[in-house]
Amino acid sequence: MILAAVYKWDFGLVLSYTHLWAKGLGVTLAYSVGTVVGGMIIGVICGLLLLVRSRWVTLPVHYYVEIFRCTPLLVQIVWFYYALPIVLQVELPDWFAAGLGLTLYMGAFATEIFRGGIISIDKGQWQASRALGMTGGELMRHIILPQATKRMIPPFVNQSIIQLKNTSLLYVVAIPDLMYTGSIIVSDTFRPLEVYTSVAIAYFVILYPLTLWAARLEARVDQ
Amino acid sequence: MTSSSEVMVKAEGLRKSYGTVEAVRGVSLEVDRGQVVVVIGPSGCGKSTFLRCINLLEEPSAGTLQVGDRLIDFGAKHSMPRGRDLARFRARIGMVFQQFDLFPHMTALQNVMSGPVIVKKMSKSEAETVARDLLAKVGLATFADRFPRNLSGGQQQRVAIARAMAMAPEIMLFDEVTSALDPELVGEVLDVMKQLATDGTTMIVVTHEMAFARDVADQVLVMDAGQVVEQGRAEEVLLRPTNPRTASFLSRFHSTIGERKA
Repeated sequence: MILAAVYKWDFGLVLSYTHLWAKGLGVTLAYSVGTVVGGMIIGVICGLLLLVRSRWVTLPVHYYVEIFRCTPLLVQIVWFYYALPIVLQVELPDWFAAGLGLTLYMGAFATEIFRGGIISIDKGQWQASRALGMTGGELMRHIILPQATKRMIPPFVNQSIIQLKNTSLLYVVAIPDLMYTGSIIVSDTFRPLEVYTSVAIAYFVILYPLTLWAARLEARVDQ
Repeated sequence: MTSSSEVMVKAEGLRKSYGTVEAVRGVSLEVDRGQVVVVIGPSGCGKSTFLRCINLLEEPSAGTLQVGDRLIDFGAKHSMPRGRDLARFRARIGMVFQQFDLFPHMTALQNVMSGPVIVKKMSKSEAETVARDLLAKVGLATFADRFPRNLSGGQQQRVAIARAMAMAPEIMLFDEVTSALDPELVGEVLDVMKQLATDGTTMIVVTHEMAFARDVADQVLVMDAGQVVEQGRAEEVLLRPTNPRTASFLSRFHSTIGERKA
């Protein structure tokens, strides 16, 4: 209490690192977009594979999803950054190894979202399409996916919002995102209160409009 | 056109089991071109499963099935069509379901056009002509641009009939198509079906509408516990059943069958 009363807030110094902040923000956004897009591609592919009737295909996908859903993301990031290059005996660029865990994590959730969207479509739609003589590809493209995509959008947006926040975990592998940039500025200015408050505000300013948008999307799909 | 006694569907000893439960136990049926066959029986007797075996929505476990010139022997390996071959087989058979199952993201017109456009790769303008004709035929010409959610159950079911007919199928299957409808909407759907029958459409109809069976069916099949217990001309089976199980099932409907048509 006394400390709080005495402490003199000074954002001026902290905010004067505009160039660093901008770079950090750029890295955060780049990793968000990159890992979300990568994860969605994985999700669509794995989601479709889950519809194949062979267990040899669905079981590996199933295990992939469960492994990533049932281990902490922080552990995944660290493991892919430090352990994978050793296990595979390959040299991966740092930025790539750092994003791998995040992408595969997003991919696991995207797979579930994609599969959930597909199987949420009424069985009657499948049988009516088949009865008309549509092949699997035709009924997917013309009947199931147009309906399922609409239902997938809100959970995809929600997961992307979570993903943007999750990029802050890249801090542990020294990727200069918003969070890591903050820690650099702290070591330069010794102003952690101002720095981490600024970091929190930055995330909020980006994400709050996105959550509003997601809520509106959800309301529209529910109609 | 060939003679009126051309066989359109011929099922012999058709069986369908799920694990240890046998839903259809050796059903045989022959349907001639232009014939209307009505299948009746208590719920759970396997009549819907039998119907779904005919367009292979269910894969029979044994027996043979002939539709047109295509013969499938379910006892033999590689006889069951797969993939594109299976889709082509189904394209020749129209089916209408209890829950209509219209495509909710398409208008009535687009629903009726869907088969010709997606499956037959017909041009949109040509398919639209076909679809509008059929919508007019089921009395829904002015509802072409409505989405299913803005149509009554009876209207939706009539669109579903038009959608199936748009493929110009060799035979139509009706699976309890009036069971999900409010009583006052049943008549409009049955009227459309009667019209199809009059036009010479080959039909297999699973229904609980005994009056319809009496008025329209050329042949009635009574199923119980997965088997055909009685089979024959409509008036014989419905009014003078010889099998006690048929008699007990029909006794529940007596008032409807009893009223003779004028």
